[in-house]
Amino acid sequence: MSALLEVDSLSKRYPVTRRGLFRARQYSEIRAVHNVSFRIEAGETLGLVGESGCGKTTTARAILNLVEPSEGVVRFQGRDIVPLFKENDRTKVLQVRRSLQYVFQDPWLSLNPRWTIGETLKEPLRVHRPEAPETWGARVEELLRMVGLEPHHAWRYPHEFSGGQRQRVGIARALAIEPRLLILDEPVSSLDVSVRAQILNLLVELQDRLGLTYLYISHDLSSVRFISTHVAVMYLGKLVEIGQVDALFTRPRHHYTRALLSAIPMPQPGAANTRIVLQGEVPSALRRPSGCPFHPRCAAALPVCAEREPLLTAAAGDDHRMACHNPT
Amino acid sequence: MLSTLASAADPTPMAAPKPLIEVQDLKVHFFTRDGVVRAVDGVDYGVNPGETLGIVGESGSGKTVSSLAMLRLVPPPARTVGGRILFEGEDLLTRTPKQMAALRGRRIAMIFQNPATSLNPIYSIGAQLSEILVWHEKASRRQAEERVAELLNLVGITDPLTRLRQFPHELSGGMKQRVGIARALLCNPALVLADEPTTALDVTIQAQILELLADLQARFHMSMVLVTHDMGVVARMANRITVMYAGRVCETADAATIFSAPQHPYTRALLESMPRIDQSYSRGARQKLPTIAGRPPNLLNPPAGCRFHDRCPEAIADCRRILPVETAIAPGHTVSCIRRGSPGIAA
Repeated sequence: MSALLEVDSLSKRYPVTRRGLFRARQYSEIRAVHNVSFRIEAGETLGLVGESGCGKTTTARAILNLVEPSEGVVRFQGRDIVPLFKENDRTKVLQVRRSLQYVFQDPWLSLNPRWTIGETLKEPLRVHRPEAPETWGARVEELLRMVGLEPHHAWRYPHEFSGGQRQRVGIARALAIEPRLLILDEPVSSLDVSVRAQILNLLVELQDRLGLTYLYISHDLSSVRFISTHVAVMYLGKLVEIGQVDALFTRPRHHYTRALLSAIPMPQPGAANTRIVLQGEVPSALRRPSGCPFHPRCAAALPVCAEREPLLTAAAGDDHRMACHNPT
Repeated sequence: MLSTLASAADPTPMAAPKPLIEVQDLKVHFFTRDGVVRAVDGVDYGVNPGETLGIVGESGSGKTVSSLAMLRLVPPPARTVGGRILFEGEDLLTRTPKQMAALRGRRIAMIFQNPATSLNPIYSIGAQLSEILVWHEKASRRQAEERVAELLNLVGITDPLTRLRQFPHELSGGMKQRVGIARALLCNPALVLADEPTTALDVTIQAQILELLADLQARFHMSMVLVTHDMGVVARMANRITVMYAGRVCETADAATIFSAPQHPYTRALLESMPRIDQSYSRGARQKLPTIAGRPPNLLNPPAGCRFHDRCPEAIADCRRILPVETAIAPGHTVSCIRRGSPGIAA
């Protein structure tokens, strides 16, 4: 089976500079994303989880070249797309962007307040389907219906909508040009619980109906459990564990995954008996620990953990992999 | 009809502890250009000594505004237009501003949502925390700093003497929230209001802060009001829970009852609509989450009758007409829904 999207040793480094006498001198670097590899088969949903600053959004942005990857290969339908962006060949870039679309976290910031919803939804069509402007109107109507809005909403402005409705517009915009894969960056985090469920259901329904593949980024693990088929956990720019959703939630192998899962307060009084409370905080990416980045906070750390960085290896079957010298 | 319901639902008078603070029929309205927004419209709840009351609800439910009203801190254009807030037997709404100033931070303290914006960036941690003790307890600077250092240590900040000289920007988010907690505890308050104290934090840091709060509360026997939208957080922290919707209370009960036997249709729907990390949603039988149709009403013009009626799966014709009044259906369990026997006020 060939994966729809394959990310191989993707890294993004930012130089840290200090103003010198004549020019800035680089004295260090931040490894925002470090050697991340995963694949997503068509029709699957990979949930990418981790705490703020772990590099999950940077990973997603590097896939779409919204930030330029420092290293690594991003294969979409078998073809490395990183060089396409580097060549900056407009037709080829548009081709890739047509299949890979992004839904942003904040529906308040990601819609142009001076455009009607219809104009917002027409914009991708204007770019990607310039040859048939007469079809745009019908397509906008179809898109609005698809996400549970009404055709007359096309004449409204973003401020007239609630957060949930705006997020529906954001999804419709991403779907306008019939992409294969959607990158969903915290699409429900800014929404209230009751609205969150509506949007999650909509995403599942659209996936089934249109055969979409999702990369779902979130720090909210309950929504990840609901929507994902596979889950990848990141810590300080590194992928520490990846596997099928049920296996990863019921039998996490990496100590960080375990701590992360047990840190979530359950909506059930008195359920908190096996809680692992991690000591300390995530270290700054500037002072990345040696070896395994998690070792200073890990209860099961061995001397080797401070020396050698563990690589992602099979834990149980090919599907479940983790990077730990002393897994549970 | 109403009288029989009311008598059947009489609250049992057995050994009810005297609440430390009691909010009665509180009304806070926002007087905007477009009209009056009835953000809190007849809310009752009480907090017993040593207990944590969790107030949950979605944005706009009035949970934050009602807790700010307890400190008389509702921001303009909002005004508290009715009700009573009894704290240690006195109505806070009749107190003078000077009396309130003497109370805030001393008897009732607050932990804010965003530790980054609730600390003053231009004063050191030591300066802004000891100021509170100098103001309230007429402590000397040196005594005050000693006490601040002691509290910083208590909330898990290592090397407090160094931290006293540091500024907020030098601390991480979790550390800032620890400082926020230390600040609230400086004067040994009887009641702490915590408004979404962990919402801005990552889950592993949230776990640390919740553990700290639970530990401190038990140690100092404080009462706490915990305002949050996160059902997991209230389940972990609260003894009793009040669920709010559109400026009204739906249901109040002990935490176990709210989760195991919720009575109000909104509480039920809210709990059901949350995905759970301990449940498998595998393919094949790809389930959908139960949802609450529609969205919360505009409080400029709230619906007549029960404010939840247009989204409620159990609504009957009367729900559109009758505003339900909270009533006890079991000891310590009050519900405001005419389908659960609450009396109501006809529109």
